[in-house]
Amino acid sequence: MSFVRRYALGVWAAIALAYLFLPIFVIVLFSFNDPPGQKNYEWGKFSLDAWLHPFQDENMKNAFFLSVKVAVVAVTVSVVLGTAMALSLVKYRFKGKGFVNTLLVLPLTMPEVVLGFSLLTLFVTANVSTGFLTIVIAHVMFCVSYVATTVKARIRGFNWSLEEAAADLGAAPWRTFRKVTFPIIAPGVFAAALLTFALSLDDFIITYLNSGNEPTFPIYVWQSQRSRIPPQINVFGTLVLLVSAALAISGVLIQRRRERATG
Amino acid sequence: MASSDERRPARWYVPWLLVGPGVLWLMFFFVIPLFSLGRTSLQDNGFSNYTQAFSDQGTVVVRTFVYALACTVLCLAIGYPLAYFIAMRGGKRKNLLLALVVLPFFTTYLIRTIAWVVLLRNDGPVVSVVGSLGLTGVFKAVGLMGSDGQVFGRAPAVVGALTYNFLPFMVLPIYVSLEKIDKRLLEAGPDLYATGSRTFRKVTLPLSLPGVFGGSLLTFIPASGDFINSTLLGSLRTTMIGNIIEKNFLKPALRPESSALSFVLMALILIGVLVYARLLGTEDLL
Repeated sequence: MSFVRRYALGVWAAIALAYLFLPIFVIVLFSFNDPPGQKNYEWGKFSLDAWLHPFQDENMKNAFFLSVKVAVVAVTVSVVLGTAMALSLVKYRFKGKGFVNTLLVLPLTMPEVVLGFSLLTLFVTANVSTGFLTIVIAHVMFCVSYVATTVKARIRGFNWSLEEAAADLGAAPWRTFRKVTFPIIAPGVFAAALLTFALSLDDFIITYLNSGNEPTFPIYVWQSQRSRIPPQINVFGTLVLLVSAALAISGVLIQRRRERATG
Repeated sequence: MASSDERRPARWYVPWLLVGPGVLWLMFFFVIPLFSLGRTSLQDNGFSNYTQAFSDQGTVVVRTFVYALACTVLCLAIGYPLAYFIAMRGGKRKNLLLALVVLPFFTTYLIRTIAWVVLLRNDGPVVSVVGSLGLTGVFKAVGLMGSDGQVFGRAPAVVGALTYNFLPFMVLPIYVSLEKIDKRLLEAGPDLYATGSRTFRKVTLPLSLPGVFGGSLLTFIPASGDFINSTLLGSLRTTMIGNIIEKNFLKPALRPESSALSFVLMALILIGVLVYARLLGTEDLL
């Protein structure tokens, strides 16, 4: 491979990364903006106002905490359901397994607008009014697949005879699960929980169609985009980015330390 | 695939006890809704809801397909070299580079897309940078700008933002499949007097096709159903199927047509995926 081509590839990668970070730069920069108009689109002058008063808008505060509440409930339910599915699919050979695997993959092959709208038609037919409960139902629906897939990938190859050994030594099933199975699957479950928490917090399309009068944070952003966009939205965008980056970095560090510990 | 550590359960119902709750949830809130979507799509006027959807929204359907396809092609053009660079030249910085690709996508989707509004708005930063570089004429000639010298509200802005939002879904699967390639195969190429580009065409590219296929699906499917980018960066001339469904979801009388459009969208995706698998020769991945 010639030097020029190597050079070109590197330049292309650098441009692509710049493209990926350009909007992020805008989000962070405009969180320090005092915009001249209602919408935070034009640079006015530097201001720390949005950072000092992140919850100035009561509606934004409510929306943010609603999103967190939805995410906590949806992640808890989907982690329990999804982990049980993953355990069963990895451990056992049984009739109907192909069906279960297909059922898990199918929601990931459909655009969100179809998933969301079809769920809405069900709620309409069944006369269920949309709100907190229907948002959670929708979130669990798309999170279960991610949990099951993530946990499955992490626990494949585990030596299940350790469980039998525990049972042979007189451990009750619950104790076996707590002392043997759970420590093994914990990293996968934790990774799945983090992923689905992020997905739930960020979901807009499915949520919007099934939310009734309960605006989650993304819905708040969507609605405010029509009239006014306060710079506080950018403060949240920046904070979410920082928290995720911190989590990702600590994840890598823990992984590294564990690898060093096990040699 | 039957792996060796799978075993027969002590009692036949144990695996079903474990998958049961999740399966029921998906049956109730994923499978049954699809049937209710089908029923709704035939309400009031039966099958003519579909013909009605096509005659009302024919251009929108075609436009949705074209935008999603353009987004997929652009993601491939930008993402493949990036994934290749990280997998083959990344060295010790591989994980860091991958993290950099994913990091921007930790912020809220909507906030990210609004940042593109800031960049692309009328007389905004992008327009003025293009102007000060003296490229306005070129941009107009290739259709990236309208005759008014603006980017906002037109197809390139919408497709550009779609490409941005789904790029990592293209990069990651391609990276994984490139990373899996046995590097000795790549050394065998030059050893047998193949040129660099021949080795790439005959060895690297074919072995990375599963990643290309997976990445294209993960890009094309969400792009075809999206309405966020078209709403924020587009105009009435960039309406996609998702926009129609979003605009009418609170109007009961229009739900049959929206349901029919949902099925048209799914059919569009299915046909696209099958043709694409045919072209790439990756049918066995389906």
